Amino acid sequence: MTLNEMKPGGACRIRRLLAGNKLGQRLLDMGIYPGLQVRVIRNAPLEDPMELELGGYFISLRHEEARFVEVEPR
Amino acid sequence: MRTSRKRLVALVGQPNCGKSTLFNALTGASQHVANYPGVTVDKMTGWYKHDGARVKVVDLPGTYSLTSFSPEERVSRDFILHERPSAVVNVADASNLIRCLYLTFQLIEMNIPLILNLNMMDVAEKRGIKIDAGRLADRLGIRVFPTSMKSGRGKAALVEAIAALSGEVEPAKGARIDYGKMEPFLRKIREKLTSETTLGENYPVRWLAIKLMEGDAEAQRLVEENHPAPAVFLESVAQNWAVFTAHSDEMPEIHIANRRYQTAGEIAASSIEPPSMAARPLSDTIDRFVCHRVLGPAILIGVIWLLYYLSIVQGYRLTGLTWPLLAGLRDLVEGAAPAPGFIDIPLMRSFALWFVDSINALLNYIPIFFILFSCIAILEDSGYMPRMAFIMDRVFNRFGLHGQSTLPMVLGGIYVGGCAVPGVMACKGIPDERSRLATILVIPLLNCLAKVPLYVLLINLYFAAHAAWAMFFISTISLLLVLPIAKILTLTVLKDKETAPFVMEMPPYHLPTLRGVLGPAVERVWLFLRKISTIVAAVAVVLFALLQFPGLSSERTDHYRNQKEAALESFFKGIRGTPYAQDLQDEERIMDLILYGDAYRNARMKASGQGAMESLAEEFKRRDPLYFQIVQPGGDRDARQVNRAFKELHQTRRELLQTMRKERIDNSLLGWLGKRLEPFTRAAGFNWRINVALLSALAAKESSVATLGALYEQEESGETLEQRMAREEGELTSLHALALMLFMVLYPPCLAAGIAVKIQAGALKWMLFSMIYPMALGLGVASLVYSGGKTLRLSGLEAMFAFYGLALAFTVLMGLFKNKTHYE
Repeated sequence: MTLNEMKPGGACRIRRLLAGNKLGQRLLDMGIYPGLQVRVIRNAPLEDPMELELGGYFISLRHEEARFVEVEPR
Repeated sequence: MRTSRKRLVALVGQPNCGKSTLFNALTGASQHVANYPGVTVDKMTGWYKHDGARVKVVDLPGTYSLTSFSPEERVSRDFILHERPSAVVNVADASNLIRCLYLTFQLIEMNIPLILNLNMMDVAEKRGIKIDAGRLADRLGIRVFPTSMKSGRGKAALVEAIAALSGEVEPAKGARIDYGKMEPFLRKIREKLTSETTLGENYPVRWLAIKLMEGDAEAQRLVEENHPAPAVFLESVAQNWAVFTAHSDEMPEIHIANRRYQTAGEIAASSIEPPSMAARPLSDTIDRFVCHRVLGPAILIGVIWLLYYLSIVQGYRLTGLTWPLLAGLRDLVEGAAPAPGFIDIPLMRSFALWFVDSINALLNYIPIFFILFSCIAILEDSGYMPRMAFIMDRVFNRFGLHGQSTLPMVLGGIYVGGCAVPGVMACKGIPDERSRLATILVIPLLNCLAKVPLYVLLINLYFAAHAAWAMFFISTISLLLVLPIAKILTLTVLKDKETAPFVMEMPPYHLPTLRGVLGPAVERVWLFLRKISTIVAAVAVVLFALLQFPGLSSERTDHYRNQKEAALESFFKGIRGTPYAQDLQDEERIMDLILYGDAYRNARMKASGQGAMESLAEEFKRRDPLYFQIVQPGGDRDARQVNRAFKELHQTRRELLQTMRKERIDNSLLGWLGKRLEPFTRAAGFNWRINVALLSALAAKESSVATLGALYEQEESGETLEQRMAREEGELTSLHALALMLFMVLYPPCLAAGIAVKIQAGALKWMLFSMIYPMALGLGVASLVYSGGKTLRLSGLEAMFAFYGLALAFTVLMGLFKNKTHYE
């Protein structure tokens, strides 16, 4: 499944980035890489974007971008 | 030779890693901000003394990586590559090491004299993280210094290390990342680079090879400039790229980044003891309220209200205190300028005063800006800014804007009373170029304070019975225009601009420090003033000329001379027979008296309290007892007679000056232009006077009302501008007024805002565009409302509701469209 399908409170492991180029690079630069454990914290008050915790720090990204992150829920 | 080079230290690090704290700790008060040429990225430089040598420190913009995607990354990378600092300090957040090492590896590959500074050790220790700095240094092959800059721990050792590194001829090379299955490809590119080009003399070849496999545009440009046959070479790179992609599951750039993270993970695992238990930081607890479904937006509104209240409301109150200073400056210039004649005002004098007034109008904003910039710095420093973007992104994204457009739009005046200048200036941080430009371009359409006087004038005149509705209309309509316009801009002119994914860090909350708030606020105000003052001055000159020339014909001048003579004649007649007549025989003396009278009146207006009045009277009596007797006749009958004649003369002179001024404007180039524009503005219902008023508002919107004041002359004293306009423009209706107000909503940015657009958008063409498109749009909307309303025989109020409905429907419609984003 992909990251955008995760519900708040859910934890998962990142399996693969489906986007190359700018988005993929940006996700990697911000610390989203395969093997990482991720927890979905919450959605924004209007549902989008979403907030994630990645081992001690917090990132927000839009659902349309989260679609490009393949995850495996735990 | 490295030793003979001047000492230059560059600080590199990811955002929120404590880089500015280190910079401040190193440089103390000796710092300054500038912009990197051509990009809107701050350049902080400072210096310190060590062992008698001056060390220059450059704080590079915070970046997560060193690709060439964002201006920050390009600036940082170019600086390191081309300025060749004698030491580069990589500042890392000790509590977040893996991600920081990702950047460290990119720096190591650039083959530069590098030190890793583990900052914020106190935070890491508090969270139970133990770092073996020695082991880390061994694994990385570079020196590692743990510090905690808030308390100054480790600073001395770091400074020594920087000095030592700057003196080294051949600094340590650092560990090498094994890119696994990509290594053969890298080797091939390296060999070709070394044998076919001389790039190896100036750039690390392995780094260049990696960049080429990443598909980095700047690296390709370097090859194009330095290779005899770049096309063939780049083709071979592309082949390598394709072969790698075909044979592995990953895109090369993803593979490279992945390897960096894996190596970072391995190194971290060997030298870090992770926290014994996952601490739930305080920030997360705060976010449960701040980003809450209901509380979040409520808090956001509260913060916006507070921002408004502090900067706009209290800022304006503060200008009440600073204004006397500026008025004093004006008085000073007035005193130094050539004295006015009875009706001949020396050109130098009117120019000097016009100039001071223009500059003062700008300086008057300083208290507001200062408070505003301080508030922004607090929001930035505390970490609330990204939360604001998080909450609002969904709404703004629909219209091609960005979550981070929230603050700029608030400052620009989402309701009535913002200011486009700080709004545009606050667009700096928006990473997505398309959204940033869209935000910059629409902010001037919001309701800034300077638009308000005209609204108030017209509402009082034409919508007095429905003032509340009209005010609500005007304060909300701008948002209904801005959102769809932003959308249209992003779908058209900005279509091809780069967009960036919205991947944003939500940093932990910090208590803002006094230094972290006041420093940037002062710097920004200063930067703004320096950049803006020259241009405002230049345009003030141009506008002055446009309003002044060609001036009055000699016939008309003669006409006014005659009127003056007549006035003087009647004054002489009025004072004949009094003992004062002898002293007031020539024009020069009378002019003297007029200036004396004005000075006394002005001084009286400023003085308050019985005692002050009395001492003022004493002072003026001492200055000239005779004049004082005339100005303040008391019981003396003769003096009262002269006083009456003098008052009449004074009044006549004022009227003459005003009439002349009006005629001069009518005849001026700007007046000519206003008449010329009449055919184009007829559909909108504007006559040439309104055109002139609108044109003069180009420099500053406040002028619209002032110019109208000059054009609609006063016939009886005490008549308000409303009454005058109503009398002289009998044919104007509420429909005209509505069209005029809507034109004002869409009015082009004032000069200061225009400059801000140039600074933030980075090009003159955007400034010109931001001036022209609202003008066209405004004329279109005004024409639609006026001509449409007239055809349908709508009253101003009916047209107002009709237009509001249209705008609302259009906004909703535009919001339904989704902007397409392509991610491959």
